[in-house]
Amino acid sequence: MTGDPTETAVPTPTDDPVLSIDDLSVTLGETDVLDGVSLEVERGELVGLVGPNGAGKTTLLRTARGTLSPDSGQVRVAGDPVADLPARAVGRRVATVPQDTSLSFAFSVREIVAMGRTPHVPRFSAMDEADHAAVERAMERTEVTEFAERPVPAVSGGERSRVLLARALAQDTPLLLLDEPTASLDPNHRLRTFETVAELAGEGRAAIAAIHDLDTAARYCDRIVVVADGGIVADGPPESVLTGSTVGHAFDVDAVVTPDPVTERPRVTALPDVEPADDAPEIPPVDRVHVVAGGGRAGPLLTRLDRAGLEATVGPLSAGDSDAAVADALGMSTLEVGALDGVDDATLDRLRTLVERADAVVVADVDLTAGLAPVLSAVADSGTPAYCIEERPTNERTVAEAAAAAYRRLRVGEAGVAASTPELLDVLA
Amino acid sequence: MSVARRATGWSASLAVALAGVVVLSAGIGPVAVPAGTAFKAVLEAVAVPTLAGGEFAWRHPFEFSLRESHRAIVMRIRLPRILLGALVGFALGAAGTVMQGFFRNPMADPSIIGVSSGAAVGAVASIVAPAAVPFGLGLEPAAFAGALLTAFGVYAIATENGRTPVATLLLAGVAVQTFLGAVTSFLLLQSGESMRRVVYWLMGHLDNAGWADFVPVAGVPLLPLFVLGCFLVLLAYARDLNVMLLGEEEAAGLGIEVERTKRLLLAVSAVVTGAGVAVSGVIGFVGLIVPHVMRLVVGPDHRILLPTAALAGSAFLVAADTAARSAPQELPVGIVTAAVGAPFFLFLLRKRRVHEL
Repeated sequence: MTGDPTETAVPTPTDDPVLSIDDLSVTLGETDVLDGVSLEVERGELVGLVGPNGAGKTTLLRTARGTLSPDSGQVRVAGDPVADLPARAVGRRVATVPQDTSLSFAFSVREIVAMGRTPHVPRFSAMDEADHAAVERAMERTEVTEFAERPVPAVSGGERSRVLLARALAQDTPLLLLDEPTASLDPNHRLRTFETVAELAGEGRAAIAAIHDLDTAARYCDRIVVVADGGIVADGPPESVLTGSTVGHAFDVDAVVTPDPVTERPRVTALPDVEPADDAPEIPPVDRVHVVAGGGRAGPLLTRLDRAGLEATVGPLSAGDSDAAVADALGMSTLEVGALDGVDDATLDRLRTLVERADAVVVADVDLTAGLAPVLSAVADSGTPAYCIEERPTNERTVAEAAAAAYRRLRVGEAGVAASTPELLDVLA
Repeated sequence: MSVARRATGWSASLAVALAGVVVLSAGIGPVAVPAGTAFKAVLEAVAVPTLAGGEFAWRHPFEFSLRESHRAIVMRIRLPRILLGALVGFALGAAGTVMQGFFRNPMADPSIIGVSSGAAVGAVASIVAPAAVPFGLGLEPAAFAGALLTAFGVYAIATENGRTPVATLLLAGVAVQTFLGAVTSFLLLQSGESMRRVVYWLMGHLDNAGWADFVPVAGVPLLPLFVLGCFLVLLAYARDLNVMLLGEEEAAGLGIEVERTKRLLLAVSAVVTGAGVAVSGVIGFVGLIVPHVMRLVVGPDHRILLPTAALAGSAFLVAADTAARSAPQELPVGIVTAAVGAPFFLFLLRKRRVHEL
């Protein structure tokens, strides 16, 4: 690196990603908020950060701009570790649109926006022409010019959000972080805000927006990063990330994802939860279950079993399966197999052991693939009571004949059949 | 209008007002000096530093023919006191503004981290038990040392892992003030014959002020230079103070080294307040209400607020002290600032929104 990092207003374009987060872990108090998160964001990207409350979105943003120091891992902004940069240099590289700010003192809108120039103006000089021009431009883009002279306490909540966006634009940084930027905006200004941010991305900046509303994220962002349980559980274009199973286990809801008829972006509908979470059954007579999962079908099931206080083992699962990630996150022991290896005899032996030690076996409504046949047979042979969850009727699943035969044995045997996870929990209780 | 122009305009107006108050005050007293004479006498006191022939000297550009008694009264008795009041008011007004912005709390004043209580312990100890004061410090040095030690102690108590949360600082300040109040009360009980002097000091006073109070060294008055230096440092951080009103996290995001800036603002405010309190005792309310009043007039921008509040503090304290020494029985000025300031503040509280920054 050449030159003093403090003097680089906007770092000259290099191949370095604007933001590069490597194996980041953050603990707040006793809680591991982020654990082993890695993320790279390039120029031109508008990334939507989604996830349930408390998943660590805000923590990720705060760490990205150096406000929080990670316990381990590193954050680089435009090539340099953010921890090594002086505050001024960080202020020239990262701008933040905060979630909410109490602006109760009588600064005018223009004065607040002008504060965005702070990292650019030397201590002993005033703002120059270029600074004033940047402030005016930022106000025009966010449509706050018309009330520029009004004191900030006198503007509405929605107008204030735009003022904060204007301040971040005036900061003129390659990276823009937005924490729920449109929560208090009407649909029109929500659209304008994201269009502005998308334009900025088009100009070669990068933006990361924590967005609570999945539809908004799907609609405006080209890349969605799903944060749940302290890690990134999915990352990619909305069409591939916002699927029922990903959303389902990240947010622990049953969700249906359909394309929006107008925008053709995925639209997420959360299904009403039949049983409120607090109402989990009392300690059931069954203490230990083994779950046959796979294909990302069992996320909510595993979460509910865990919440009901049941000890669960899971498997066999291929290593990349999102069910495996959920099981891991819940600290359940998992029988993992290589993605392409299939189930070998050794695995079946270990499965038999787990099944024998369990009080019951639960078969999630997995696709009945050929590879699953020996697994289901082993369960049927074990004599341990088995319960099948049939949220989807079998004729809507992928069904291989061998697996179907084994499945029928299970169902006819001592099995109970539950139409949903809550129903299953009732049975187990 | 640009910030610089507004700041200069307001400061110039207030400087003129201050000069007016100084001249008026110089004319008021047991021996009435006509305003014109007082004006000329004050002008005569104006001194310009020169380096004539490589030798440092003060040159007085103005000379008038005045009655010698008038000149002596203004120069030797009234002006030192007036200018000391102006200086202390300036320091308190500036430090109060910075502390309110720093703490984002309208209740903050210059002594919020215990500076005044520390100074009181130092001063009272030097009156009551001079033998117990280390290094044989006199009253003013003891007060100044007490102020600085206390401020540093409060800061150290509130700091953990290099961070000093403002709320912790505030609470630590309150607790330490209470503790030192107990120490002062105890010393007061032991004070015996010197009790009157102790009480008088505690109430804040400017009487018996002389040119020696300006700490002249080789003809250069150090105290005003010191206060001015502190003020310029604070002024250089006025923009940072504005940004810090947004909250520390946002200020950091806008390129402010928050902890370093906090340390510096706190240290400079404590030192300048300590210097003021050491020479004048505890003068309450100037540092609390003057910044509020000026905020109503000029707005929250510290680049304008800081110089105007300092000048207004100056003028206010000079006026209050003039009233204090004009009373049938001379009063400590602290009584006047509180007696006048508190009702005025309550009036503002009812009429305008002074409870916000």
